[in-house]
Amino acid sequence: MSSTAGNSAVIAAGQRRYQHRDPLFWLAAACSAVIVAFILVPLVEMMTQPTVAALKETLMDRDVIRSIRLSMVTAGAAAVISLVFGTPLAYLLARHRFPGKKILESIIDLPIMIPHPVVGIALLSIAGRNHPIGRLMQAVGIEIMGTVTGLIAVLTFVGLPFYINTVKAGFAEISPRLEHVSRSLGASAGATFFRVTLPLAWRHMVVGGIMCMARAVSEFGAVVIVAYHPMVAPVMIYERFTAYGLQYSQPVAVWLILVCLVLFLLLRVFSLDRKAAA
Amino acid sequence: MIRIDQLSVRLPGFSLKSVDLCVEQGEFFCLLGPTGAGKTLILESVAGVVTIAGGRIVVSGRDVTGLPPERRGVGIVYQDCALFPHLSVAKNIDFGLRYYRRSTPAGRARCRDLIDRLGLASLLDRSVTTLSGGEKQRVALARALATVPTVLLLDEPLSSLDPCFREEIRDLFRSLHRETGLTVLMVTHDFTDAHSLAQRAAILNDGHVEQVGTVDEVFRRPLTAFVADFVGMKNVLPVRVENGILFIGDLALAMPGKNGHFRHAAIRPEHIHLQPAGSDAMPNGSFPGRITTISNQGFFAELTVEAAGVIFKTVMLTSSLLAMDLRQGKAVNLHIDPADIHLI
Repeated sequence: MSSTAGNSAVIAAGQRRYQHRDPLFWLAAACSAVIVAFILVPLVEMMTQPTVAALKETLMDRDVIRSIRLSMVTAGAAAVISLVFGTPLAYLLARHRFPGKKILESIIDLPIMIPHPVVGIALLSIAGRNHPIGRLMQAVGIEIMGTVTGLIAVLTFVGLPFYINTVKAGFAEISPRLEHVSRSLGASAGATFFRVTLPLAWRHMVVGGIMCMARAVSEFGAVVIVAYHPMVAPVMIYERFTAYGLQYSQPVAVWLILVCLVLFLLLRVFSLDRKAAA
Repeated sequence: MIRIDQLSVRLPGFSLKSVDLCVEQGEFFCLLGPTGAGKTLILESVAGVVTIAGGRIVVSGRDVTGLPPERRGVGIVYQDCALFPHLSVAKNIDFGLRYYRRSTPAGRARCRDLIDRLGLASLLDRSVTTLSGGEKQRVALARALATVPTVLLLDEPLSSLDPCFREEIRDLFRSLHRETGLTVLMVTHDFTDAHSLAQRAAILNDGHVEQVGTVDEVFRRPLTAFVADFVGMKNVLPVRVENGILFIGDLALAMPGKNGHFRHAAIRPEHIHLQPAGSDAMPNGSFPGRITTISNQGFFAELTVEAAGVIFKTVMLTSSLLAMDLRQGKAVNLHIDPADIHLI
């Protein structure tokens, strides 16, 4: 037993020595260091520049709190809407083959690819009086321009692909045979979804929701077209920067980054748990 | 009873073509065929989990063609067991009870009997992810049988098991079938499963049925060259028969009483006997040849022998090979008993 353990240790040490001699290993390490520095240095610099007093003062600023809260609420609403409408679509894409599936998948990915101000302009173009949908929305009292509804619409638009793609991958991981067996045991399609598919896919749905929310929290380009006011956190940071300069925008940015960090921490926790469960 | 009439299923790159099959009440029936022949697709069509393009499926006298899977009364056990990984063993077995109104005291008692019969009592609280292959297969079987299905579909249930578990589960299937009299349709590509469990079998090839018959018939009297090759008749050779003489290429073998339109001769490798050239031990009708390859498989060796331009595949014990000092390139005499030549 101890001899086997000893051999393993020798082999592992040998592998490490070989790895250390491998020039590709050092190339990869150097590239990794550059990338990590590229991401971290500006962020750390920005987060360490504001004084504690400035951060405290920012936290007391009602406008800042209101904007961060609005960012979280609208992004959360976008995640919930994505969950309700995106889950059936993700299931359809994961489970069924049909003509035009690739086109549908490309359409879902469009919001990732197109410039985000264009998203705002596109949404506004259907929400105006010149468009039947816009006239219908106005008839039932839905306003897009400069409203929370408009914010939620635009954040759902940009966050939806992240939710659908994550949940689709989650459904695809579940063997269809589990659903077949469930049906053969007497469960209807609905009962099978709630008793088999959902318990196995909920973690992907939570991760998808967090990704959608994180994407929505960070959105600026589309938001600024549709609703400069009420002001979400990225717009407030932009306004502080243009009106007062770098020093006044940094504390708000720090608080937004901390909120985003919590979101990504949650994301990692759920991702790690999934791997542990597997 | 399962009756499949003119079943057609179309998938991208593959289709089932007008499959007709009938599994009698209480029969253990095997579907055999190479990978990709459509065996599992037939099973899943009976279970109702694939969309069929045409045909009719009758289970226990009831036309189930248009019924959803949950109303067919069909149990299915997959090769990978398809146990619900988020549920314990007990909850896996109980999964279907509520839908069949078997959550009654009598239903639960029957379920307990099944659990005891399958030796699962000590595993009930375990997670299914911690079970061995044999245990998983027993849980999958208990789950399928707990709802008292009218027919049981088995999709290669033994192929992923270790040999020791395979024999155990095979015995279990045999005794359960004997005790319950359940109609069973099993997909397999293992001849041992077919021989030891099934009364009848069908051979599938590329989405259509090549032959249906008793297991013995299918293995001894294949109707097509494909079935002959599939059931292990490694020598499937184009022939013609004239006046009791069988012509294989330039070889002529006496087949007294045989006449008619035969296109192939199928010969099992173990039915081709070899002796070193010049040996007196070979009977009349032997013909000369030369060993072209020898592939040692441990206890036995596979040989190819060329005789008058025809390549024969044969096997012999490695000990016999050594005793006769047979080597590649050596001249030999071949003998085939006419009774061992199956004409197609």
